[in-house]
Amino acid sequence: MTVMSPEPVTKQAAINPRRRVYRPNSKYIPILATLALLLVMYISGVANYRNFDQPSVVVNLFRDNAVLLVVAVGMTFVILTGGIDLSVGAVISLTTTLTATLLQGGWPPLLVLPLVLLLGALLGAGMGAVIHYFKVEPFIATLAGLFLARGLALFINQESIPIRDKLWTTLSDMRIPLGEHTKTTPTAIVALSAVLIAAAILAWTRFGRNVYAIGGSADSALLMGLPVARTRIAVYTVSGFCAALGGVLYTINSTSGHALQGSGTELDAIASCVIGGVLLTGGAGYVIGSLLGVLVYGMIGTIINFQGDLNSAWTRIVVGVLLFGFIVLQRLVTRRAR
Amino acid sequence: MTILKNRLFWPAAILLALLIVNVFTSNQFITLQDGHLFGTLIDILRGSAPLVLVALGMTLVISTGGIDLSVGSVMAISGAVACLLIKDLGNQNAVGSVLLIMAVAIAVSALLGLWNGSLVAIVGIQPIIATLILMVAGRGLAQLITDGQIINVQSSPYATIATGFFLTLPVAFLIAVAAVALITVLTRRTALGLLLESVGGSPSASRLAGIRAKRLTIMVYVVSGAFSGLAGLIYSANIKSADSIYAGNLIELDAILAVVIGGTALIGGRFSILGTVLGAILIQTLQVTVVGIGVPSKATLLFKAVVVVVLCLSQSAIFREKVFGRFKPRPAVRAEVPA
Repeated sequence: MTVMSPEPVTKQAAINPRRRVYRPNSKYIPILATLALLLVMYISGVANYRNFDQPSVVVNLFRDNAVLLVVAVGMTFVILTGGIDLSVGAVISLTTTLTATLLQGGWPPLLVLPLVLLLGALLGAGMGAVIHYFKVEPFIATLAGLFLARGLALFINQESIPIRDKLWTTLSDMRIPLGEHTKTTPTAIVALSAVLIAAAILAWTRFGRNVYAIGGSADSALLMGLPVARTRIAVYTVSGFCAALGGVLYTINSTSGHALQGSGTELDAIASCVIGGVLLTGGAGYVIGSLLGVLVYGMIGTIINFQGDLNSAWTRIVVGVLLFGFIVLQRLVTRRAR
Repeated sequence: MTILKNRLFWPAAILLALLIVNVFTSNQFITLQDGHLFGTLIDILRGSAPLVLVALGMTLVISTGGIDLSVGSVMAISGAVACLLIKDLGNQNAVGSVLLIMAVAIAVSALLGLWNGSLVAIVGIQPIIATLILMVAGRGLAQLITDGQIINVQSSPYATIATGFFLTLPVAFLIAVAAVALITVLTRRTALGLLLESVGGSPSASRLAGIRAKRLTIMVYVVSGAFSGLAGLIYSANIKSADSIYAGNLIELDAILAVVIGGTALIGGRFSILGTVLGAILIQTLQVTVVGIGVPSKATLLFKAVVVVVLCLSQSAIFREKVFGRFKPRPAVRAEVPA
């Protein structure tokens, strides 16, 4: 019997997620699985469609998904603390509407830009404060934020507002050459920078470690003397800021603002994070994972574009089927690897 | 004093306040006409039926720690299936055939719930993602069923479930009451409710205690699907057509809101049927009130947001403490300022 007893103990230790720290290999498994499956998707795209192998296909993924990418970065911070932010889509719509309205009213663009970003951050901070100090569930506090932000946007203007400001149109038309035939937009550069900055913050700063600690266990983090209140409010501020930045990128891409824009972005962003291996319970995941999640979403869209002959009904179904196939495969890969 | 501390006191108070507003703004709050009850109150009860049904299923799903985002798409599919089949009937007013078709539509919805439940319980996908798949693809399916058109039907038995009256009360309301009664009896008069809460508290601990956690998890998604299907039937019967785009659009958020207002914890392990019903009726009342008091259409969402914010804050015990002047500085907060 004494020989028997150690066996289950070691077995348990291998499963116990807390021990993952000692096996640095396994914590990257979700990301590596996502990356591998993304490559499989890309290769099957190359095999099935002409011109899929051009570099511009990959580069355009960043251009077309710049808004989602920025929003997913902010969402990653929130989900890492075990929270959720449903308001991001509405903050995008509020930002686009407000930016377009102010620019139409002749406000200087260099004043409008910081103003709308600040507003997004403030909204996020407000929700974070309500969540932390009044112990309102994040899902509900940010749902109220969703109603509030979209309500404000609709109150300002229900129509699509064109932007004719010089700075915006210049940025919108600007192309940055990356090679002979590939160009990218400033919005893609901004989105990619956001990913890199966020990854650096989460990996190497005290704030980043606090985020993971709170996600692991908020009570333990408090007992350890970590600034739980400040950190928790800060992650919602980051998310609000990122959503506002996403809204600004949107106005640059489309040179217009619309209150109905961004509807459903929150779910896309959450799905991207989860596909990229960020746990909804908090404490585990990486911004790079969210980036891969967004790229999966973008790749699905690209494949549908190359297919070309799908109507809106089939597009939805194919998105669902691809998402399903991806998630089940990812589930199988990660399960076997552990 | 204890009644003030009840989680349901504040939603109930706000609901009462909104109803009182309606007494003054509507020209008919409640009257008896041609043997039926009419008026704003009856409109609210009738209109809240789909949301009550969806929120009821959502309550069970959330009690196990899950979430069902696909309810709106299931509503659209159920309405589409029913309208497509009714349109092909020789006699659209044949009660038996219409009942059979409604049963088919609900069975299809339950199957969709089975799909969700299997993804969550057997494949082990996080509920929010598992149901997101059907939320996206389901609306496409509904569009496919209706061929992108809006299918109109002229079936009076079908319309009855939304606009009919029975014993002076709207049929839709009676359906909702029956569903609530059924679930209440099943969960609170048997051990089922306890088992669900135990699965929500800890699926693995429940399994070790001999509870079939997977089967229960699948079951709640099936129930949620079936109730969403029923809600979709009422919705489509109300407009006498299948609208695959707007049927149940964003209802998942309202349903989750209703569930949380009612005191069910989103992390699972605790649920309140009565609270959910109160929450759903409150949301419907709010929508009716906004129109009744003449808030301009562009400000309706803003109005709703303000009420939801007030509601959330009023349910927070800490917020109430601060507002009602029993504020004591908490050491934990004070200590964090210098750092």
